[in-house]
Amino acid sequence: MSEIKRITAPLTKEALKELHSGDDVLITGVIYTARDAAHKRLCELLAEGKELPFPVKDSVIYYVGPTPAKEGQAIGSAGPTTSYRMDAYSPAMIEAGETGMIGKGKRSPEVIEAMKKNGAVYFGAIGGAGAYLSRCIKKAEVVCYEDLGAEALRRLEVVDFPAFVIIDSEGNNLYETGRKAYLDSAEDK
Amino acid sequence: MREIESIKVTETVRNLCIEANSFLPGDIKGRICDACENEPWPLAKSILGIIKENFEIAEEKHVPICQDTGMACVFIEMGQDVHVNGNLEDAINKGVRRGYTEGYLRKSVVRDPLDRVNTKDNTPAMIYYSIVPGETFKITVAPKGFGSENMSQLKMLKPSDGLEGVKDFVLRVIEDAGPNPCPPIVVGVGVGGTFDKAAFLAKKALMRNTDERNSNPFYADLETELLEKINKKGIGPQGVGGKTTALAVNIEYMPTHIAGLPVAVNINCHVTRHKSAEL
Ligand code: SF4
Repeated sequence: MSEIKRITAPLTKEALKELHSGDDVLITGVIYTARDAAHKRLCELLAEGKELPFPVKDSVIYYVGPTPAKEGQAIGSAGPTTSYRMDAYSPAMIEAGETGMIGKGKRSPEVIEAMKKNGAVYFGAIGGAGAYLSRCIKKAEVVCYEDLGAEALRRLEVVDFPAFVIIDSEGNNLYETGRKAYLDSAEDK
Repeated sequence: MREIESIKVTETVRNLCIEANSFLPGDIKGRICDACENEPWPLAKSILGIIKENFEIAEEKHVPICQDTGMACVFIEMGQDVHVNGNLEDAINKGVRRGYTEGYLRKSVVRDPLDRVNTKDNTPAMIYYSIVPGETFKITVAPKGFGSENMSQLKMLKPSDGLEGVKDFVLRVIEDAGPNPCPPIVVGVGVGGTFDKAAFLAKKALMRNTDERNSNPFYADLETELLEKINKKGIGPQGVGGKTTALAVNIEYMPTHIAGLPVAVNINCHVTRHKSAEL
């Protein structure tokens, strides 16, 4: 396994060029949350040429709908949701300036094309590790779309949030290479 | 005739919703630990280690294992000599409402699949009744996440497709799912019945303790064989490659029509949750 890379969010285009598929990263800084319903609204704004309700340039979006926070918690359990449901919206978000996405699961060729063209990275967080991941989220506040409940758009302050680079800005894909490398190694034995 | 007050049902469902979301069943925990021990691929092993740490945190702090606290699937096994005072369905939904609200669980249900307005209390529950002889009353709550539910499939095979057709279909569903359902997964398979019964059997299969094989040796062997074949695929934990793609395969079967061979595959993630109580 490669050495762990510490990165900061927002994520600049220069910084993301240093990230490669398979890298283990720890993310510190400010990220935003959005799932299906919030993405739909954001892309409607973009289509109308309106400004988005958060700073989209160099932004990292985390696909998550957390559980409600208990007393004393910044946020409830908060692991990633499946990313392909955002595939319809991601190219427009990347065009608008988003540079990082955190989720789990496959992405469409259109999203990968937009990532290569504009410079963006797709990170995987561990699906189902919501209790573990929530400890890296130090502050959470709703920015807008409160009516969506768990699906509201939130601003998160994260410290050493663990993830790995699934797809880098050159389109290399850990889901393909990691599986192949494992199978090759298993065959050798 | 045994009488049960509906308030007892509500309280039990409430508690089961909360407990099922924080405490992973022992068999699943055991399988995750074993997989972690035996995983040769370094990144896969470290992911399994975090998955293990995650359920330990959830258990210790009484917080949800996963943020998708699911749709509440409620299985009622009711003796035919039992009478519930009050409205049973309302009592179950009240329990879900209280469990998800008082337990700080996520509300993930929309009232209509097309207008998509959240019901804000995770109701209605998905309720499955079975009437059995005697005076028992057993409730099982299984919060079902949709990352894995969405990767489930059903196919009406032809009788000539036979055993090979069933195996091929199960393996294809796992291949299509890839990293999406949060592997390592638990695979529930339903074979036979009608279109809808096959799907129900697949879901019911997910309720069975994964350390128990099907009591029919033929299906027990098929479970073992499919698990081996799935784990040869190399998808690995979270799809990054590795030996551990599935923790278990559970199959349920029933009689079917001379013209049909329905097969349903219901995928569950490593957060396979269910908890039961008898009243
Ligand atoms: S598939 Fe399971 S582990 Fe993954 S997010 Fe959904 S409920 Fe959680």
